Amino acid sequence: MKKKILIVDDDMDYLFQMRMKVEQMGFETITAESQAETEKIIMEIKPDLCILDLMMESDDSGFILSYKIKRKYPDVPVIIATGVTAETGMTFDVHAEENARWINADLFLDKGIRADQLHREIKKLLKL
Amino acid sequence: MATYKILIIDDEPGIREGTKRILQNFKVDYPFMDEQIDFQVLEAGTGKSGIEIIDSELPEILLLDNKLPDIQGVEVLEYVKNKHYDIVVVMITSYASLELAVKATRDGAFDFIPKPFTPQEIRASVENITKQIFLKRMTQSLNNTGKQIRFQFLSVLSHELKAPLNAIDGYLKMIKERQFGNNIDAYDEMLDRSMERIKGMRQLILDLLDLTKIETGKPTQKLEKVNIRKIVQMSVDTIRPYAIQKDVDIYVNSREACEMKADPGEIEIIMNNLISNAVKYNKVGGRVDIFIEKKESLLRLTVSDTGIGLNKEDKEKIFEDFVRIKSFQTREVTGSGLGLSIVKKIVDMYQGSIDVQSEPGSGTSFIITLLEPEA
Repeated sequence: MKKKILIVDDDMDYLFQMRMKVEQMGFETITAESQAETEKIIMEIKPDLCILDLMMESDDSGFILSYKIKRKYPDVPVIIATGVTAETGMTFDVHAEENARWINADLFLDKGIRADQLHREIKKLLKL
Repeated sequence: MATYKILIIDDEPGIREGTKRILQNFKVDYPFMDEQIDFQVLEAGTGKSGIEIIDSELPEILLLDNKLPDIQGVEVLEYVKNKHYDIVVVMITSYASLELAVKATRDGAFDFIPKPFTPQEIRASVENITKQIFLKRMTQSLNNTGKQIRFQFLSVLSHELKAPLNAIDGYLKMIKERQFGNNIDAYDEMLDRSMERIKGMRQLILDLLDLTKIETGKPTQKLEKVNIRKIVQMSVDTIRPYAIQKDVDIYVNSREACEMKADPGEIEIIMNNLISNAVKYNKVGGRVDIFIEKKESLLRLTVSDTGIGLNKEDKEKIFEDFVRIKSFQTREVTGSGLGLSIVKKIVDMYQGSIDVQSEPGSGTSFIITLLEPEA
């Protein structure tokens, strides 16, 4: 059975492109455009992996979702994809222990990641 | 060169002397620091005399032994905390009382150094603390000068500029790789979306230019007698093609010229933003009504639409930089998130006010009042 990957991003173009990439890798996708929509989805569906945008309704929507997903499904890997990189000066120190503990994401990725790199990371997290 | 004061409170003269010697010629520098920092070491043999020095000298760093002849070290720590002094406290303690040191760290001590310590250990700890203090002070001074706000603005801006570039880049790659084979329609849609994102980016750049003009402030303001009705009509004409596309009618409900001393460019920016929002967030077949009233030195501009409306929380946020209300209804609307923050800044320059009346689902009215500048 195909693995189900939940992709969340409020940029409809990025979401579309990500969905295409992930489907070409042979996964099934579920998409959501907001934190609120995602919270509804995870009540009903357990995905096999989640790829979350960071800044949506609020600056830390991705962190909050990660926390909630991990609380409900501790075994589901969470990737946070962000365009906010060091060069813009807005870094969240995710490796600082205090943050890492509550955010609980498995991986932080830059949004510009290439499809093959992303595929590798997904396979690693899904232990494929 | 800056000098930080370090106070050591310990009843053993040997420890005090040793620490003094270790830190005497010690200097800390850091890539961001323009200058080196060195240290002046003060000393006290009892808790009470230590507190006196704390009050009079306000050292940056306090090295504190817990076992003192009069009061306990933790009591000194508590004193510093209650006075809200900005002092970094390091407990010096023997291995036997590590537990206490851990407790002290929980109560606000920054670190602890177990006794006996090597010169290396004390230098490492002081260096670490010095960098912390330096960074904290730098952030504070940035905050004070408003640079922090500017910095944040630029961070968000670069995010907003990168998002459309990423989207366009992604589509171009998909097109180049012929990901949909010969399905031309699929590519058409990607090109349309790319063009839409370019449009958004262009708008963002135009808004930024407006913002820069405003931020340079009054010197560039060109006050003259302005026919407000004429400017409003110009804005309406600019936006009309877009309104026709969306099947939205625009009505200017005032006949008089309404003359006022103002910068015509600024009034135009206000009207362009309000009217284009009123069209953008309207329903197909909706309408926009504009009212202009002038009473003595007060000008009132009202732009009402029959659009999707705003809820209470959104109403409070819309004037902040880069805030865009995201919902299913607005997902395909492009915008920079700067328009209303620009409007607000201009209105402030005229000592004016903005009133927003809205009902989700049935429409929004922006009522702007401007005070005619004197002289």
